[in-house]
Amino acid sequence: MELKSTRDAYGDALVALGKEKEEVVVLDADLSVSTQTNKFAKKYPERFFNVGCAEQNLIGVAAGLAIAEKTPFVSTYAIFSNRAWEQIRNTIAHDNLNVKIAVSHAGLTNGPDGASHQSLEDIALMRVIPNMMVIVPSDAVEAEKAVMSEASRAGPAYIRLNRVKTPIIFDENYEFRYGEAVKLIDGDDLTIIATGTMVHEALDTAKMLAEENISTCVLNIHTVKPIDKESIIKEARRTGATVTVEEHSIYGGLGGAVAEILAETYPVPMRIIGVNDEFGESGEYQELLKKHGLTSNYIFKSVKELLEMKR
Amino acid sequence: MHSQGASELGGISMIDRESIKRLEDKARKIRKQVINMIYVAGSGHPGGSLSCVDILTTLYFHTMNHNPLEPEWTDRDRFILSKGHAAPTLYAILAEAGYFPVKRLPSLRKMGSMLQGHPDSKVPGVEVSSGSLGQGLSIANGIAMAGKLDKRVYRVCTLLGDGECDEGQVWEAAMLASHYKLDNLTAIVDRNGLQIDGLTEKIMRLEPIAGKWKAFGWHVIEIDGNEIIEIAAALDEANSTQGRPTAIIAHTFKGKGISFMEWINAFHGRALNKEEMEKALEELKG
Repeated sequence: MELKSTRDAYGDALVALGKEKEEVVVLDADLSVSTQTNKFAKKYPERFFNVGCAEQNLIGVAAGLAIAEKTPFVSTYAIFSNRAWEQIRNTIAHDNLNVKIAVSHAGLTNGPDGASHQSLEDIALMRVIPNMMVIVPSDAVEAEKAVMSEASRAGPAYIRLNRVKTPIIFDENYEFRYGEAVKLIDGDDLTIIATGTMVHEALDTAKMLAEENISTCVLNIHTVKPIDKESIIKEARRTGATVTVEEHSIYGGLGGAVAEILAETYPVPMRIIGVNDEFGESGEYQELLKKHGLTSNYIFKSVKELLEMKR
Repeated sequence: MHSQGASELGGISMIDRESIKRLEDKARKIRKQVINMIYVAGSGHPGGSLSCVDILTTLYFHTMNHNPLEPEWTDRDRFILSKGHAAPTLYAILAEAGYFPVKRLPSLRKMGSMLQGHPDSKVPGVEVSSGSLGQGLSIANGIAMAGKLDKRVYRVCTLLGDGECDEGQVWEAAMLASHYKLDNLTAIVDRNGLQIDGLTEKIMRLEPIAGKWKAFGWHVIEIDGNEIIEIAAALDEANSTQGRPTAIIAHTFKGKGISFMEWINAFHGRALNKEEMEKALEELKG
């Protein structure tokens, strides 16, 4: 299985964008090697700005560049971008500025660095801001296509990327469609709705369930906002049970978004799988996923319980 | 709106007596508008709005290149009101300059009005929404960087409150502006000495404030920020300073122009009552 991190894909996409779009500028807060913006910096030094480790200024400077008709991509670790939440809300989002906040090391992917460097609340924090769109690519191909697509769409976005290499799900012909869920497997007994790194875990779970003759529909939600309401309602109606999976707190993220929709339109038995209102800790990434139940084995168990409820 | 009344003399443009008189009259008119707007709104920040009237008047009616008929003109000089609570002054100035009708000013802070309590980019002439302190200089940096990148001639100016300099982001931004040699950028600090809870030096000491900006690599000028001749000269000096940004520490009076409001911190965030409003307007009859 081919592996690549979404941050690597982001770095490559920026280099391509640098050539394609003169107005693209890139900003980083002293983490350009980790976020992979160093590739763009090397190729287009005059359009790359390191602001030092100063995240509030990072966001403000990006706002100014966007006002002056540049398309800034700003990068740091997911958790540190949230340090400038109020700047993001009051300037970028309020004025609907064309700033792309593309952050790396989201979720638990910064394993050994521990809780201070992991980010489990960011989808919730960004999703709640008007005008702010949230994109969580599931693999490197989707990440690259999403970044290219966002460079052509005016308005703010939060693009959530990872440190670790994860399996490639899509081939090069894949077309990224902003705001549209991607049905990866069709099935009738339940729907697993996943985002980011958890999409391939959902696919593995579906295989395990198939062995027990349980037919699973798997939806990849790469755009958590604006979310594809129609597909979520349609599959809930059809399959009668929904499980959401995300590398994020169980509060306010993908699970919250799906629950908000289904509670008002078509309530079905539901499970929200994520990190259970806890901080992370140091550890290898796979160990952390296991501890927090973010593996196909755990999702499998959870699905079985849910199907009991459905009956 | 291009440097009316300025004459070039040895590279330094001087402001003539007639222009000063014209700007002083304009400033008095703006002060009346500000008093009236905040009175009608029933809330607002008169103290810090009045302290910066002379600065904004000089910028918009003397120094800046801008065109109210074409607010999006690419080469316009940009101004960002980082101390967004002085919004009434910015709105009165923009209306007086012709960005929108003066008759809309009394809608300040009213439901449905474009004149929000703090600056909103929906208003013609307002570059960016502001009001949350500490952010304007970062935004000005970004615009100045874009100007350098595109080899544009425009200048960027931002006005900060002195209390606002408590915000850490101001110093992140100050560091960046000198690092990137943004000599197309001017930051003016409205040094009125008061913040909401009292004297700046009691709440959170700022002195030596000029020394701080110098230490961050800025060209620093200290002036009487309620004297138009000094404001105009400092802005000219900023325009001709190369290789680094300029900080103007403008010593002002909160409530400037109204005897019973000057240096009285109660007027930081409360509107005038009817009697006070009438008294203030009486004083501004020139």
